[in-house]
Amino acid sequence: MRIGVFVCQCGTNIASTVETEAVAREALQHPDVVYATSYMYTCSEPGQQQIQRAIQEENLQGVVVAACSPRMHEPTFRRAVEKAGLNRFMFEMANIREHVSWISNDRQANTRKAAELVHMAVAKLRFNHPLSPSRVAINKRVLVIGGGVAGIQAALDCAEGGLEVVLVERQPSIGGKMAKLDKTFPTIDCSSCILGPKMVDVAQKENIRLYACSEVESVAGYIGNFSVQIRRKATCVDWNLCTGCGLCMEKCPAKKVPDHFNEDLGNTRAIGIPFPQAIPKKATIDKEHCRQFTRGKCGVCKKICPVGAIDYEMEDEFISEDFGAIIVATGFDLFDHSSYGEYGGGRFPDVISGLQYERILSASGPFGGHIQRPSDGRQPRNIVFIACVGSRDASVDRPYCSGVCCMYIAKQAILTRDHLPDSNCYVFYMDIRSPGKNYDEFVRRAQEEYGVNYIRGRVGKIYPKNNHLIVQGADTLLGAQVEVEADLVVLATGVEASAGARELAEKLRISYDQYGFYMESHPKLRPVETNTAGVYLAGVCQGPKDIPSSVAQGSAAAAKVQALFSRDTIETSPQVALVNERACVACGKCIQVCPFGAIQWKELRGGIQKAEVLPSVCQGCGLCNATCPPKAVQLQHCTDNQILAEIDVLCA
Amino acid sequence: MERIHTLAIQQTCDIGFISKVEEASGQHISKCYQCGNCTASCAYTHVYDYPVNQIMRLVQLGQKKAVLQSRSIWLCATCQACTTRCPNNLDVARIMETLRIMSRQENMVAERDIELFYHEFLESIKAFGRVFETGLLPMFSLKAGKPFTDMDLAPRVLKKGKLAFLPQRIKGRKQVAAIFHRFEAHQLKRTEELRQAGLTQPVEGDSHPDECE
Repeated sequence: MRIGVFVCQCGTNIASTVETEAVAREALQHPDVVYATSYMYTCSEPGQQQIQRAIQEENLQGVVVAACSPRMHEPTFRRAVEKAGLNRFMFEMANIREHVSWISNDRQANTRKAAELVHMAVAKLRFNHPLSPSRVAINKRVLVIGGGVAGIQAALDCAEGGLEVVLVERQPSIGGKMAKLDKTFPTIDCSSCILGPKMVDVAQKENIRLYACSEVESVAGYIGNFSVQIRRKATCVDWNLCTGCGLCMEKCPAKKVPDHFNEDLGNTRAIGIPFPQAIPKKATIDKEHCRQFTRGKCGVCKKICPVGAIDYEMEDEFISEDFGAIIVATGFDLFDHSSYGEYGGGRFPDVISGLQYERILSASGPFGGHIQRPSDGRQPRNIVFIACVGSRDASVDRPYCSGVCCMYIAKQAILTRDHLPDSNCYVFYMDIRSPGKNYDEFVRRAQEEYGVNYIRGRVGKIYPKNNHLIVQGADTLLGAQVEVEADLVVLATGVEASAGARELAEKLRISYDQYGFYMESHPKLRPVETNTAGVYLAGVCQGPKDIPSSVAQGSAAAAKVQALFSRDTIETSPQVALVNERACVACGKCIQVCPFGAIQWKELRGGIQKAEVLPSVCQGCGLCNATCPPKAVQLQHCTDNQILAEIDVLCA
Repeated sequence: MERIHTLAIQQTCDIGFISKVEEASGQHISKCYQCGNCTASCAYTHVYDYPVNQIMRLVQLGQKKAVLQSRSIWLCATCQACTTRCPNNLDVARIMETLRIMSRQENMVAERDIELFYHEFLESIKAFGRVFETGLLPMFSLKAGKPFTDMDLAPRVLKKGKLAFLPQRIKGRKQVAAIFHRFEAHQLKRTEELRQAGLTQPVEGDSHPDECE
């Protein structure tokens, strides 16, 4: 084999701590290496041309590039060698940037390690074989998980492009957190007025099927061919019959059921529709509070329902659907402020979360849009807002900025001054983060036009005194302690990963960060993709963001799916396991260990059994290869011979 | 407190001071992002010359003199409300303690009486195993040069049985005293070692063998 080695300097990224020329010179000593050079930016156009020219002129049969991580540029170089007529698997990459130059300043040791990595890559390449991908058909249906604004946008954009969409929502209605908001910053337009039509569109689009009150149970398969099991939770109401008339809700005798949609500020019934604009507008029974379930008798709703939709015996139902792509838009949960003992830890009824205040402000909220205190219904005069509760706070393991709180408290303060012109609003803040379009102007308006008092400092504690709440804080600009006698305190509670986000990630085989937010494939250049091909992200599940960004990411995810589905087939990687039938002893261990069910029995003539790999299902993990006692299963492009060759030169 | 006018932050920044505070307190000073929660929570902000967050800021800027000469570090009661509520898990009270020790070493103590009280308090413990108030208070008042301060309170407190005429006999009195002796011996040894090594610069706590912590 005639091998060429190309050592990249990556500007100064590699060259500053690795002698790239020396690495190239040493590579020439290895067997089969006939050409070696070092170049400033091997990934650039002239850098790739240099490789292609060398393939032609030196008649190369294999290429090694020593540069950055293969995650970065392996596809680039594979394409480059393919254009010059080589098989793309006759290429190897040695990572001398992330694994060498970026982690040590010792020039001598770095050069040694880089040379050894190149030597290993050469040794492996000598055992490479040309491999060719096969093609499988793409199932052009898309699953959207989560029916908040990001998921709704993604589903609508996919449906607009003619794709068949299934939208799965955990709650009885779509709409997510945005459906709970009163107004939106910085334009103060009504949240349900702008979200409502989109929710109705979801219900009316013929190619969107909505599964509310449902969750993803399991996911199998791969890009183009996912097979997903969905659990439809028992609502105890036959939604095919329910007309959403609301009679059951009116007559239900269980009246003290905490209203989760109103953030537990009021009570609701054990059966009902969460809010007037709900989609689907169907009733659900809350089994935890329904008397039929808690006491074993009641049956009022069953008697009253004009269409006989109530079914107490209903059980969870499982359905299986196939998809070509999945968009994850599972949103977020609000930080639970009970860990802040100094703010009452949830014991003071008039110290409330930001979302609770949204519900108070909302005309469809528990108080009909009149601002009043949850404790005694009195109209508050002095309202204090506290920023960064559960954000930028390492002591509660939330060191990140939630990104929306600065803006939503400015909005809530403006709305408060609008509703109650006699009230005083105080905002305790550390920094104001308002980098969006017209955002900072909005915060200035809160101060200049609406007379909201911004105090630069955090609040140390809140304690009740004579039916008021004493808020003790600091004004660091003044260098003094300040005290406010408040009637109502609104905490700008931050954003955290939604409950169950980690479990879902494991089902989807996507990664998440230490706080449970899903990891994008590249923080700058692939913000919508995950590391699992065919799974895309939208909205706050990927990291805190506001409504415009969530909508934009929903559309972006839809665009990615459209691009994927614009082809009819998809290449599958040939880096899969292969059974050498002559060596196979039919022990079946590979079938047991395969996590993807990609290996099955195959019967040869005379009833002899052998293992067989299904290349379209195999993910190339190599477990079977490691397990197989006679080493009959070999993972292509990572065979035992190739790995041993690498180890041999390293230990020589 | 002197009012700070324009501060030449490059010329006046003492980098060694910052690292010394960090080393002695085990706290990473740059973690403080000046939210002000310590000042908001502090029971003595109203009597401080610099509120706690400004002490932290002055340390970040390496303003050794302003910090070590401040009254705040001596008025701090070590109630640890600042430590408890710091969102960045900084032990602010420990930094204040570190600054008090440094202020003694550098002979910059702004509140001599408080320093004296600490001294007399520990002396009392050393002698009796626990504090003997009836001895401590007159001793402190005399040494502070104000023998009549709070004397009028004595009859009332005595009547309520709050003050004993004799120190209480407690178990382990000798063991408590031994702690002090061990510490003093240790300090002497270290000073001797340093003297032989040609180092006369006092290290933390050396010049004050009674500083037992």
